Amino acid sequence: MSNDHVIANDAHDHHDDHEHHDTGGDTIFGFWIYIMSDCILFATLFATYAVLSGGFAGGPTPKELFDLNLVAVGTAFLLFSSFTFGMAMLQANQRKMKGMITWLVITLLLGLGFLGLEMYEFWHFSTLGATPQTSGYWSAFYALVATHGLHVFGGIIWMLVLFVHFKRDGFSEDNLVRLSCLSLFWHFLDIIWICVFSVVYLVGVM
Amino acid sequence: MGHTNNEHGTGGASHGSVKEYTIGLLLSLVLTAIPFLVVMYDMASPAITLGIILVTAIAQLFVQLVFFLHMNSSSEQIWNTTSAAFIVLTVAIVVIGSIWIMEHLNHNMLMGH
Repeated sequence: MSNDHVIANDAHDHHDDHEHHDTGGDTIFGFWIYIMSDCILFATLFATYAVLSGGFAGGPTPKELFDLNLVAVGTAFLLFSSFTFGMAMLQANQRKMKGMITWLVITLLLGLGFLGLEMYEFWHFSTLGATPQTSGYWSAFYALVATHGLHVFGGIIWMLVLFVHFKRDGFSEDNLVRLSCLSLFWHFLDIIWICVFSVVYLVGVM
Repeated sequence: MGHTNNEHGTGGASHGSVKEYTIGLLLSLVLTAIPFLVVMYDMASPAITLGIILVTAIAQLFVQLVFFLHMNSSSEQIWNTTSAAFIVLTVAIVVIGSIWIMEHLNHNMLMGH
C-alpha cells in the first residue's frame, strides 16, 4: 500500500527534481545551524553546572546518590538508538517503508526506555532529598540533565508526528527532509549525552 | 549533512552503510565502557581517571561525528564543518571562560572567611 505512494510521488516529483534538491539541502543546513545554536544552549548549562558543582548547601552529594549501573543502561539505550536510527535512514534511502518504520519504532522504544530510566532516577533522587530547590548543585544538575531529557521527549513526539506524515504521503521529498532533520537531531542528542555522562555522572562519583 | 537524503539512488553509499554504522556503534560502546569500568571499579587514581574520561569522551565525539553524522572535509560538507568548528570555539570560550572567571571570583571573594 505504501509502495504505491512512493512510486506516485517519485513520478510526480521528477520534473522539478533539481529544485527540490536545493531546497531540501538548504532546509537541512538550516536545521544544522539550529543544532549548532542548541550546542551553545547546552554549553551555558554545562558552564553553570561546572560553576555550581561545589555548592551542596548541606544537601546530598552526587557521590551518595548516583547509580552508575542505571546510567550505563540508559547510555546503552541511547547509543543503540543512534545506530537503529542510522538503520532506519538506510532503509529510507532504499525507499523501504516497512524496514524504515520497524527501525524507527525500535528507536522510539529505546528513547522511551531512556526517558523512563531518567524519570525513575529523578523521582528516586527527590525521595532522597535532592530536588532542584535543595542546593546550587542540584539546581544545575536538573537544569542540565532535564533539558537533555526534554530534547529526547521532543524527538519522540517528532517521530510520532513523522509516522503520520509517512503514512499519509509516503516517501515524499518533504518527508525525507523531515526524516533527515530528525536524524541529525537524534544523533546530536547522543553527542550531548556523552558529555553529560562524562562530566556529570562519571566525574560526579569519582 | 547538506544533501544527505535528497539524492535519489546516488546518495546511499557515500552517506553511510550498515558497515559504517556498525563500526560506529562498536567504537562508541567500547569508548563508553572504558570510562564506566574505570570509575565503577576504581581502577585508577583520580587524576588518571579524569584523563581517561576526557580522552574517551573526546574520541567518542569524533566517532559520532564521523560515523553517524558523516562529517568530513568534502566540498558539500564544508559549511557544516565550518559552522561546527565555529561553534566548538564558541562553546570553549563559554565553558572555559565561565569556569575561569568564577574560579577567580570565588578566590577574590574570600570564600570561607
